[in-house]
Formats: sequence, C-alpha cells, structure tokens
Amino acid sequence: MSDNIAIKVDGVNKSFKLPHEKVSSIKSAVVNFYKRKRTFERQEVLKDISFEIKKGEFFGIVGRNGSGKSTLLKLLAGIYTPDSGQIHVNGKLTPFIELGVGFSPELTGRENVFLNGALLGFSRKEMEKMYDEIVEFAELERFMDQKLKNYSSGMQVRLAFSIAIRAKSDILVLDEVLAVGDEAFQKKCIDVFEKYKRNRRTVILVTHDMETVKRFCSRAVLINGGEFIDLGSPIEIANKYSELNQIPTILDTGKLPKSHNIEVETFSTNANKTDTFKQFEEMIVKIRWPKDKNVYNAGVSVYSNKGEYVFGANTFIDDFKINNNCIIYRLTLKLGEGRYFLSAGTFLDSPEKKVDFLATGPAFQIIKSGKAKGEGITILDHKWENSN
Amino acid sequence: MIRYISKENKALISELVRTDFKLRYQGSVLGYAWTLLRPLLLFIILYIVFVKFLKLGTSIPHYPVYLLLGIVIWNFFLEMTTQSLGSIVARGDLIRKIRIPRWIIIFSSSLSAAINLLLNMVVIIIFMILNHVDLLVTTLWLPVILLEVYVFALGLSLFLSAMFVKFRDVGYIWEVILQAGFYLTPILYPLALIPNVTFQKIILLNPIAQAIQDARWSSITHKTLIPHTVFQGGWYMYIPFAIVIASLVGGLLYFRKESKYFAENI
Repeated sequence: MSDNIAIKVDGVNKSFKLPHEKVSSIKSAVVNFYKRKRTFERQEVLKDISFEIKKGEFFGIVGRNGSGKSTLLKLLAGIYTPDSGQIHVNGKLTPFIELGVGFSPELTGRENVFLNGALLGFSRKEMEKMYDEIVEFAELERFMDQKLKNYSSGMQVRLAFSIAIRAKSDILVLDEVLAVGDEAFQKKCIDVFEKYKRNRRTVILVTHDMETVKRFCSRAVLINGGEFIDLGSPIEIANKYSELNQIPTILDTGKLPKSHNIEVETFSTNANKTDTFKQFEEMIVKIRWPKDKNVYNAGVSVYSNKGEYVFGANTFIDDFKINNNCIIYRLTLKLGEGRYFLSAGTFLDSPEKKVDFLATGPAFQIIKSGKAKGEGITILDHKWENSN
Repeated sequence: MIRYISKENKALISELVRTDFKLRYQGSVLGYAWTLLRPLLLFIILYIVFVKFLKLGTSIPHYPVYLLLGIVIWNFFLEMTTQSLGSIVARGDLIRKIRIPRWIIIFSSSLSAAINLLLNMVVIIIFMILNHVDLLVTTLWLPVILLEVYVFALGLSLFLSAMFVKFRDVGYIWEVILQAGFYLTPILYPLALIPNVTFQKIILLNPIAQAIQDARWSSITHKTLIPHTVFQGGWYMYIPFAIVIASLVGGLLYFRKESKYFAENI
C-alpha cells in the first residue's frame, strides 16, 4: 500500500444473519439443529465496497438511514469483521466512533474523564496533565464532582468531545457528531475540525447532513442500499445524494391510496420508449389502468427532482372525455436541464373522488438544446424590448 | 505477547478495575467492607449449623479456619465466573462502539475478583493468628494453589462469557452447576466424612475440590485429605491440573473465535 493512503477498502462485503425466531436458548438451538431447519434471513448490508482514503483527507461517508454507512464505519474502526474483502489501515485509528461511549452515569464527571481517557489509551498520569484543559474546554469546572447522571445531555457531549479530541491517533472516525450540542458548541467543534484539517490529520465523518459534508470534507463517498454509488467532491456527492432522496420524500407525503394499478410510460415523438428528452421536445405519456375500474377522468403532474410541483393538468380542466382504459397525453417540455418525474391519478366524476394515485411515476432527464434560452426549472416565453 | 501488555492496555485495565470497585458498592453505607463481610457472615452461619449443631470436623484441628478458607476459595471462584459471565453483554455499549481488545473486559473483571480474594486472605491470616495455627513451611505452596484456581476460573469465564452472548440460558445453567458444585465440593464437610474412597476420588477430580484440599493441607493442617494421599500417587492425581489447562486453552480459543462477532451478536 502506498504511503499516502490512510485506509484502503478492498471489495468488502458484510451481511448480518437475522434469525426469524431468534435462537437464544440452547433448547431451540438443539431443536432447530435436529430439524435441520434454521430459518434466518441473510441481510446484505454492504456489497463489494472498494475505495481509498488518502492521508490528511477529510473524508465523508454519506448515505440515508439504513444505507450501511454506519456498518462501514464500524468495519473501518475494526468493530465488525468483514465477511470477505480487506481493509488496510495505515496508522493509528481512534477507537471511538461515537461521543460519550463508556460514560458511566453513576461516576462523577472527574472519574469519567479518567475512564474515557483510558479508553483512548492514556494513563492516569497523562490524564492528570490534561485534566484542567479538558475541563476548561468543556466549560464544566463547577460540575466535575457531580455524578454524570445529573448532567444534561449537552454537558455530557461537551465533556466527551473535550476528551475525544485529545486522542493522539492519526485517523479519527466519527459518527454523526455534529447532530448534538448547541450552536456555541458546534462552533467549537468546527474550530477543532479546522485545526485537524490544517494539521493534515485524517478525519472520517459519517453523516447525512450535506452542509457538514460541503463545509469540511475534501471528498466523500455515497452509499445507498449497501452499494457504492459514487465517490467525489462534496458538491457532486451532495447533488447525487439529493437526487437519491427527493423522490421518496414525495412518496411519504402523499396520504393518497398508493397504487400500481396505473401504468405510466414516456415516449418520444417517434414512439420510442425513452426517459431522456431535449428541452422543448414533445413528450408522449401513455397512461393505462385496468379495464374493470370505472375511470372518468385522469391527471398527470410533473415534479422536479427536489419535489417541487412544476406543472399539472387533468381532463377536468381540459374538458376531455375518456372512452377507454388508456389515454395519451402530449406535453411540450419547456423545462430547465435536470431530472424530473411524473405522478398520475385517476378519478370518477370530480377531482375529489380519486380512484387510484401513482405518487412517483417514471423519472426523466431533460438535456440542453439550443432552442432553450434561459435557465431555471421552466423556460418561460420571453423577449426584450428597448424602452425609454 | 508484548502487544498484549502495551501501555494503553495497562491503563485501560487499571481504569476498568477501578471503575468496577467504585460501582460495586455504590450507594451502600458499608461500601468495600461488604467484600469481607459477605464471606464472613456466610462463614458464621455455616459455622453455627455445621460445627456447633452438627458437630462436624471435630477430628480436624483449627476447623473454623479450615472451613473459612474453603468458603473464601469457593466464593472467589463463584464471584469471578458469575461476574465474568455477564460482563461482555453488560459492556455491550463499549463492544459495539469502541475497538478495545475484548479479552480486557474479562481480564479486568477477573482482576477485581482476585483483589477481593487477596483482601479475604488477609482476614484468613487474622483468623489463623487468633486460632493459634502453627505456621507451616508448606504455606509457600498457597499462592501457587490460588493461582491454579484463578487460571481455572479465567478459562471458564472466557468460555462462559462468549457463550452467554449467543445463549442466555448459560446464565441459568451455570447457576445450577455452581449450586451443585457447592455441595459436591468438600467445603462444609471434611472429605474424610465420606466413607467410600471411590467417591472421595471422584470428588477430588474436580480442580476446585483439589485446590481447596491442597490449600488447607499446605497452610492449616496436614490432617487434610489431599489427592496425593487419596489417589496414593497414581497418575490420575494429575487429572485436575489437566482440566485446568484444558479449560484455559479451550476458553481462550473459543473466546478468540467468537469475539470477532461480539459486536453484532450482542
């Protein structure tokens, strides 16, 4: 491994066994063994992940909840063992991935400082030298002889952070640190991070807050559903992340009956099925629903990738009469570059009487064409005139 | 080996033992004194029932001290194994979120049990002086015998604690085994009370029984039945030691294999 690489992740897979009925008694283990039937699901949490983190990098691991990013961090930190693949770590890694782990509520703040210090590998003597600075940084001078259970959560985090930043390791791994603490504390964290950055220490940060990533990280990796999606600059990753995320949020907001009974497809003007269109091109949308449903009206809406409602129309407004279970909808895409998606609904004789609703229909990409002059979600008709 | 006793690990072990002591008698008025009071109170009860009422051990000189030594050694074995058994699961927060060598958790809980044993040995010395027990040269063997008990308990602790992560029944099973062990070990009664020599031999195959008898023989009175005399020098007098070594090796291997997956199995 070359010398300027801090961590190399090479084809790592990790899965967890999730037993359907947890075998935590010997009796059931014996019974199941006898039956030769062990019912468990193997949940693949990470699939063939490979990337490298350079020394002195401020590296982000980004993904939605349940994407496997924390599992990846635990693998890097050596808490989990990969099923296959390898992780090479070049240098000393902090053993912490979260703040305040190992704090004991029944001990005083002072005692907890020493205990936490020991988890970082500091002897009592070394801790005694640093003690005053730690307390001062945490601004908890008056509280050190109180039991930790009487601390507020903010105080606990301040104390934990003040100890954690003492670690002399080359690589720091942190899971969602900035999610806690008030603004003043966050400012302090940020100052510390800036200092790390100047000292060229490697920091690996797991987060779903894109602002943190954009602000600190030099590079980031995006993980979704346990799979490697992309690695690149924070801006690129932040954009990819919001692309991945916006669509499902629309799904969640719709309290309408969700249905796969509506089929929506997009075609180009020469009747080829496609999801890429040029600006100002005509899109043909085919909407089909089961024959046995009574449908008198239908509607189609266009949403931007961020979930903004761009345009919507329906057969009520346009006074169109449906006489089959399939309709064609043509619209000219006066849209800006980017990704959009459709949603569609079917109705009885009024817009309130919904039959079915497809919240997230097909997505499509708008690419630049010479016809469009201007920028934004939509391209409005415009002209300039001189005036006095 | 050097890697295992690094400065960092030493600091961590000492801090974990310290915490253990601080937390153990948290909120009790007598605090550490309970470490000594618990075996002493048990001793008083057993002494009244078995020595005063049932007149056991009249043939053995210094029987009260003899009884106390047995209780202290048994208590150490019981405390160390039961505490270690749940310690991996109890420290789940550390295991899931910090990369520390897993054996340190078992080792530090074994150390705090060992420290309690040493404190209890001080009480025994006081009793020996009060009872006018003659100082025997063979007392020099006592530390070796206590070390044997420690190694046996450590091996079992490693095995049980790793097993407990997967099967919580281990806790109940071990409780029953300890209960049985307490009566099948000559703690309350002198071994000579069992007339059948074969039974004596079987009982002495248990490393704890062997260690308790050897400890009594070496430091209190040579009138104690020990494997050497019961087995009459046969090769099987070494079986208890073989069991001790097997428990340590087996415990270490099993623990090492399982410890990789503690974080996800807890």
